[in-house]
Amino acid sequence: MKNQHVQLDKEGRLRHFITTEGLSRNLLTEILDTAENFSTVGNQQVKKVPLLRGKTIINLFFEPSTRTRTTFELAASRLSADVLNIDVNTSSASKGETLLDMLRNLEAMHSDMFVVRHNQSGAAQFIAEHVAPHISVINAGDGSHAHPTQAMLDMFTIRKHKPDFSALRVAIVGDIMHSRVARSEIHALNILGVPEIRAIGPQTLIPPDAEHLGVHVHHSLESGLKDVDVILMLRLQRERMRGALLPSESEYFARFGLTVEKLALAQTDAIVMHPGPINRGVEIESAVADGPQSVILEQVSNGIAVRMAVMSMVLGRSPQSEESR
Amino acid sequence: MHLLIKNGRIIDPANQRDEVTDIFIVDEAIVAIGKAPEGFKATQEIDATNQLVIPGLIDISVNIKKPGDKNKGSIASESKAAAAGGITTICIPPDTIPVIDSPAVAEMIHRTANDIGQVRMLPVAALTAALAGEHLAEMALLRDRGGCIGVSNGNNPLHSILVMRRAMEYAASCRMQVYLRANEVSLSKNGCAHEGVISTRLGLTGIPEAAETVAVARELMLVEQTGVSAHFLHISSHHAVTMINRAQQDGLPVSMSVTPHHLHLTEMDIGYFNSQCHVLPPLRTQRDRDVLRNAVKDGSISCISSDHRPLPADAKLAPFGDSSPGISGLETLLPLTLRLVDEDVLSLHDAISRLSHGPAQILGLNDCGQLQVGYRADICILDAEQHWSINPESFISSGKNSPFSDWEVKGKVTHTILAGQCVYQATE
Repeated sequence: MKNQHVQLDKEGRLRHFITTEGLSRNLLTEILDTAENFSTVGNQQVKKVPLLRGKTIINLFFEPSTRTRTTFELAASRLSADVLNIDVNTSSASKGETLLDMLRNLEAMHSDMFVVRHNQSGAAQFIAEHVAPHISVINAGDGSHAHPTQAMLDMFTIRKHKPDFSALRVAIVGDIMHSRVARSEIHALNILGVPEIRAIGPQTLIPPDAEHLGVHVHHSLESGLKDVDVILMLRLQRERMRGALLPSESEYFARFGLTVEKLALAQTDAIVMHPGPINRGVEIESAVADGPQSVILEQVSNGIAVRMAVMSMVLGRSPQSEESR
Repeated sequence: MHLLIKNGRIIDPANQRDEVTDIFIVDEAIVAIGKAPEGFKATQEIDATNQLVIPGLIDISVNIKKPGDKNKGSIASESKAAAAGGITTICIPPDTIPVIDSPAVAEMIHRTANDIGQVRMLPVAALTAALAGEHLAEMALLRDRGGCIGVSNGNNPLHSILVMRRAMEYAASCRMQVYLRANEVSLSKNGCAHEGVISTRLGLTGIPEAAETVAVARELMLVEQTGVSAHFLHISSHHAVTMINRAQQDGLPVSMSVTPHHLHLTEMDIGYFNSQCHVLPPLRTQRDRDVLRNAVKDGSISCISSDHRPLPADAKLAPFGDSSPGISGLETLLPLTLRLVDEDVLSLHDAISRLSHGPAQILGLNDCGQLQVGYRADICILDAEQHWSINPESFISSGKNSPFSDWEVKGKVTHTILAGQCVYQATE
């Protein structure tokens, strides 16, 4: 279990950001507060602060992504860091070069931070355990395990609208089985004190023993949405129709698609969130996605502030904490 | 060659022998226990005072890739590792390179084992040609010319139940036992951890218990119909134990084995992506572990086997799902089994039996697994009280892959005798 704390330094501050699991409420709140301070930078005429001037950040993406990578890139450049994007397509990575070989090569470029996305659960942790001690790792999504910055930007968005986490009912709807976002959200919500978290979906998309994550499982959207304050929709990957997990998109939409009528079961001031990109008519109806209760576009701009917060906290620690593990 | 092992505490579970006395060996065989036979003049003596003298261990499944693949544990280093572990007989499953599906490959293994002279190797023949699951292998020739002790699907589950049925029928008519790894591959595909709390938490693809139980159920039905004798290797789930146990009580000729890691570890030991705990079948729950322990205790599981799988260092240096499954287990088989004595799971006699007489009975070997006059002088001598700490880096095996690093264990092999020859002697 000791490895889990690889993301904290001796003083308990973030030296990597791998997962929301196991972090303290204070630390998560500090991320949200720091993000609050950065959230106005985008509105300034000069959209930059010099906090990370001279630092080099490598976006190391083993899985294609446009949106997440772009927001990380933007966040880094607003902090005045130099950014290098490396897209590793998995076929060239498999040509004999191991992940460790690749890390050694990148370390030689004198970088300070890797922002990593990988299709294997545990990849970010593995990289954090094996990189040189002066390099920090931020997990931008590993397999089905974790996507902590996405979860924190969702927490940030929730707090903007519903400041008291201890008074919330939150529903997460969709493919929780394969979702790293859902896992990171569930941990963060529990840590921040949300008393009731519901996981809603057909049994084929709910992981076994899901209750151990700290959620109540609902197989009906109607019962699951009753009286909730926040609805976190998940994207349905089209490939889930293969492997006999679901019959069809239209059956999924009929049972679990968020429509105006179903939304009415939730609290009247409930907010609707989605990590994007949206499959309109599959998991959510356009009238809801574009409706007054949707905060989906806010999530995107909050993503930059939260990623700035995490990067500055991880790289901005005082020099004496740069000791090796 | 006259070898005398003096003054050791001889424990032979098959014959309920437990006494401090001497063993007399001439050439390859035990000639007397207790009193020197006429004309015996020791040319070599081993003083076993305060030591245990037990039958050489028999490991029913040791994966050695050679001939062919030098990187995954050469046959020489693994033979030495076996000897250092007190093991005198190992069975080689057919998924070698090349596959043990022709008498020539089996003969080559016997020849290599003889040349190295550290451990007896018994090849297990492939059930189907190239383990491809289509054509039956030449089972009778593999036995008669290749000295194979049984047939197995190795790590390659058969896709056709029809082929499995035919293979079992044919093996039954040859009076050969089948060794099965129960795994329904459509349920376990891409999985790397037990489907449950840990796979859910870490987002790892799970292997449900049903991958094992569905296969066991199907295979038991075919055993009943074909009358073949079957051994289930490395059972991991409590429902599979229950099903096989019931079949035994119904009189079916079936048996099962378990690994030390399934008796000591659970899915929780994966912790936060510890790839040393990536094994197949996967580590399961506390309840599974407890049922496996009870079955070893009551004898329904009469064999503990390492399922030794030495891996190169970088095989574990990858994210969990990309790492290779397997544990290098030859040198920890005995101490981890003895640890079950300290944990009050097994008596000392039963622990020794599960590593010697038990597997000998399953394999149908009537020349080893006991300390009796006329038997092969395959003997392990150990200091049962010596405490030590497992350090995989000091393994003789080429594979340093073990989740048991820093475990405190008891019982250290001091000598290993193979057919009357001392093949291992501890250095300290």
